[in-house]
Amino acid sequence: MARIDFTPNLARYVDTDRLTADGRTVGELFDNVFAERVQLKGYILDDQGALRKHVNVFVDNRMIVDRIGLTDAVTNDSKVFVMQALSGG
Amino acid sequence: MRLLVGTRKGLFIYAHGSAGWSVEKRGFLGDPVAALLPDGRDGKLYAALALGHFGNKLHRSDDGGDSWQEVTTPSYPAKPAEHPDPTPWSVEQIWSLEAGGDDQPGRIWCGTIPGGLFKSDDAGMSWSLNQALWEEPKRGLWQGGGYDWPGIHSIMVDPRNSRHITVGLSIGGVWQSQDDGATWHPKGKGLRADYVPPDIAGDPEQQDPHRIVQCTSAPDTLWMQHHNGQWVSHDNGNTWDELLDVMPSNFGFAVAVDPHDPMRAWFVPGGKDEHRIPVNGALVVNRTDDGGRSFTSLTEGLPQQDAYDLIYRHCLDVSPEASNLAMGSTTGNLWTSANGGDSFVRLSANLPPIYCVRFG
Repeated sequence: MARIDFTPNLARYVDTDRLTADGRTVGELFDNVFAERVQLKGYILDDQGALRKHVNVFVDNRMIVDRIGLTDAVTNDSKVFVMQALSGG
Repeated sequence: MRLLVGTRKGLFIYAHGSAGWSVEKRGFLGDPVAALLPDGRDGKLYAALALGHFGNKLHRSDDGGDSWQEVTTPSYPAKPAEHPDPTPWSVEQIWSLEAGGDDQPGRIWCGTIPGGLFKSDDAGMSWSLNQALWEEPKRGLWQGGGYDWPGIHSIMVDPRNSRHITVGLSIGGVWQSQDDGATWHPKGKGLRADYVPPDIAGDPEQQDPHRIVQCTSAPDTLWMQHHNGQWVSHDNGNTWDELLDVMPSNFGFAVAVDPHDPMRAWFVPGGKDEHRIPVNGALVVNRTDDGGRSFTSLTEGLPQQDAYDLIYRHCLDVSPEASNLAMGSTTGNLWTSANGGDSFVRLSANLPPIYCVRFG
């Protein structure tokens, strides 16, 4: 299972304890995370399911490329970070 | 009596006691509070947050602001693939919140940028997009006004008939439904848009109302601050009369109407369009007592030198008893008046930029 860490700035609003989930892509990973934590979804994705403009996701230290389809690959050993961009403040 | 103040950095609830107004409660410190609704029917409070990174969120308090719970934020349906609409189907901002009629407990209307109107019948726990207005073919003529996309900033529910709803769009004009949102019709004969070619300057969907308010005791009277001036309608928005020769300016964003006197209204003039600051650095409130034929510029208690306060469209409110006015500015000044604007008292000069003020 991939490990997911969230920016501590999110902890003001929702439960962001580190968690693990399955998935072959960022999108699959998020689907599994949000199935457990429904409220978290709207903080990370917009109404159309794309990554919010001022949120960044890193998979194994690389920023993901596909912010709309969330097709960047993850593995069972991946470390995923959901970060607050410095833009948008 | 309470006064809710939404700012760039939180919510401040003022209470009025023997010593005047003072901050009673604070909420969401550090977060932008874009819209507020005190629901007079059941006492619930609603606050829309516009989080810079994590999107818009709606919160509700059932205990007068002591505690808040996040309720459901309106969201747009999935946009069909290859849909020609260039508009993003995603809430960019919650711009207006209004309660439904007394016969509609739990009904809340929510206006958003990019132009969708949402309805809740369970006090914000679930929402539905008004498809009729969203699918209206003329929506393609709407434009952004200040923001990138059009938005609904004014929602008026007719106190005589809760199924009669009027909304104001910037830019998109005045739209009305007589059947609880099932069908919509553009209104606005007499309005004028100087920012489009002359041949279409009178088209209703080209109009840029900055704010529209309805007189609750005489709901056929609507007042409008428009990008190109100020108008009043006495026939429920069908036709509009322009207010002429208004000094020091007919530009601005905010307007309020006396809930008991349809002929009495307040505007806050600003230097036109390209400046958007008080004319000559002197902040005034304009009041008419005769339906807009004449205005008095009210200055007592307001800065008359080097004032660069802008009053946003939701930053002027009149209390239900019409005895109090409240006004908040982009530079964090908050004023109230207990005499219809004859004199103002500054409650604070140190608030964050103010986005909305509401009595309730």
